[in-house]
Amino acid sequence: MSGGNGYLSPSGQEIVFVLTGLVVLGAAVLCVTTKQLVHAALWLVVALGGLAVQYLLLTAEFVAWVQVLIYLGSVVVLLLFGLMLTKAPIGPSAEADSGNRPVALVVALAAAGTLVTLVADAFRTAWIDLDTPHGESGPIGDSLFRVWVLPFEALSVLLLAALVGAIVLSRKDTPDAPDPAGTPGTTGTTGTGPAKGGGR
Amino acid sequence: MELLDVAARLVAVLLAFLVLPLLVGQGEHKVMAHMQGRVGPMHAGGFHGWAQLVADGVKFAQKEDIVPAGADRRVFQIAPAVALIPYLIVLIAIPFGPDGMVGQVLDAGILFVLAVLGVGVLGSLMAGWASANKYSLLGGMRTAAQLMAYELPLLLTAASVAMAAGTLSLPGILAEFEWWWVPWQLTGAFVFFTAGLAELQRPPFDAPIANEEIVFGAYTEYSGLRFAFFLLAEYAGIVVICALTAVLFLGGWHGPAADSLGWLWMLLKTAVLAFLVIWARVAWPRLRADQIQRFAWTVLVPLALAQVALTGVVRVVIA
Repeated sequence: MSGGNGYLSPSGQEIVFVLTGLVVLGAAVLCVTTKQLVHAALWLVVALGGLAVQYLLLTAEFVAWVQVLIYLGSVVVLLLFGLMLTKAPIGPSAEADSGNRPVALVVALAAAGTLVTLVADAFRTAWIDLDTPHGESGPIGDSLFRVWVLPFEALSVLLLAALVGAIVLSRKDTPDAPDPAGTPGTTGTTGTGPAKGGGR
Repeated sequence: MELLDVAARLVAVLLAFLVLPLLVGQGEHKVMAHMQGRVGPMHAGGFHGWAQLVADGVKFAQKEDIVPAGADRRVFQIAPAVALIPYLIVLIAIPFGPDGMVGQVLDAGILFVLAVLGVGVLGSLMAGWASANKYSLLGGMRTAAQLMAYELPLLLTAASVAMAAGTLSLPGILAEFEWWWVPWQLTGAFVFFTAGLAELQRPPFDAPIANEEIVFGAYTEYSGLRFAFFLLAEYAGIVVICALTAVLFLGGWHGPAADSLGWLWMLLKTAVLAFLVIWARVAWPRLRADQIQRFAWTVLVPLALAQVALTGVVRVVIA
């Protein structure tokens, strides 16, 4: 950025970044506090989409589109599909509250406190130059498959294990047990969801 | 100067978004009519009923906008916009001619396009759930199931083209294009186009809106302009999927005298593909929901994987 890095006289990008961050934070809080299940999923859409905008503002184009593709396009669709399968009612569902609110709040605050302290401390002096793009697909592919290839492959194995686990869980090996979800469409798709996550 | 350039590009994209879907819609009226041995709408506007869709639009605008009493009001009302706007955004990244005839050159253009297309589906899901109608809910569920099955072949075949070109940018892919890519990527083209058809819920993959079974799926409770937005999203989707297939697999603006006539080749290829989409609606009966799933997982995914393997082998051999 031009003319020194400081917290005074922020640039336009920084202002937009902070505003988007506030939107993400608000959507995330609403996501966990709303009493309506599907609304929670939709607030999650806003929060994840806002994160993608923040990646874009940091010039990480590739990561931003992957975020939209995987989280908005697949994970949330899967969530909504699950909510529809379980007939999530319109209006508040009181029985969805488990009474763990105080504990959850403590855990969330502790995690947020740790992360914010850690990240702020680690990157206190690091500044990103927003005039040159940092997240183009070429350099990311290079570093992924040259420098970080071992973690990448380890992740693939993890996903494969998750995939196999999902198949094992969804199989019914007792032949005489009644099949509650007997329609072909639903049995076909319960297997597809995890398979897709693993395929990526 | 630069601001003017950006504004001109955005206006051009907006114009394409407003005009091309209507052309496809009118084409559907006429092509279906002639394939079924009738003439279709002939009165509105005079010449062969060219203004029928405009008249339809006026009709939709006059209708009362109804929100069912039991519905989730806000989600119900936002859903049509969520379904429609992604198609407008996607058009920005699709190149319509050589030398920067594209709304915006994006480094990871393919990813951008497929990612934003995936968001549009949320509109159908929101509509299906928020309508408080069991037919809508069934339609929404079928939409979600169909989408999860068909996004994988769509992504894999797009990745195959990206591998062939060595870039994720759509103008970059066209710059690398050679004529022999068409036979090389033919399987991928079939898979991509078919999966795109399923993503749009067009016949024969229209089980989510099967009107003989579940009224009109997720859109059952909609009326007036909001219903029109869903229809417009369908036609805009046809334009986007056809244009994408043309860019990825048929060379986009490549053709004789591409420097001056590139945009014409691109539009022609898109139009031919749109004709195929309409033809499929007339030619084939609807697949059942389970047949749709089986087709995706046992036919399209293996074909897409085979195409990726073939692309990889050829790339290594010629490199």
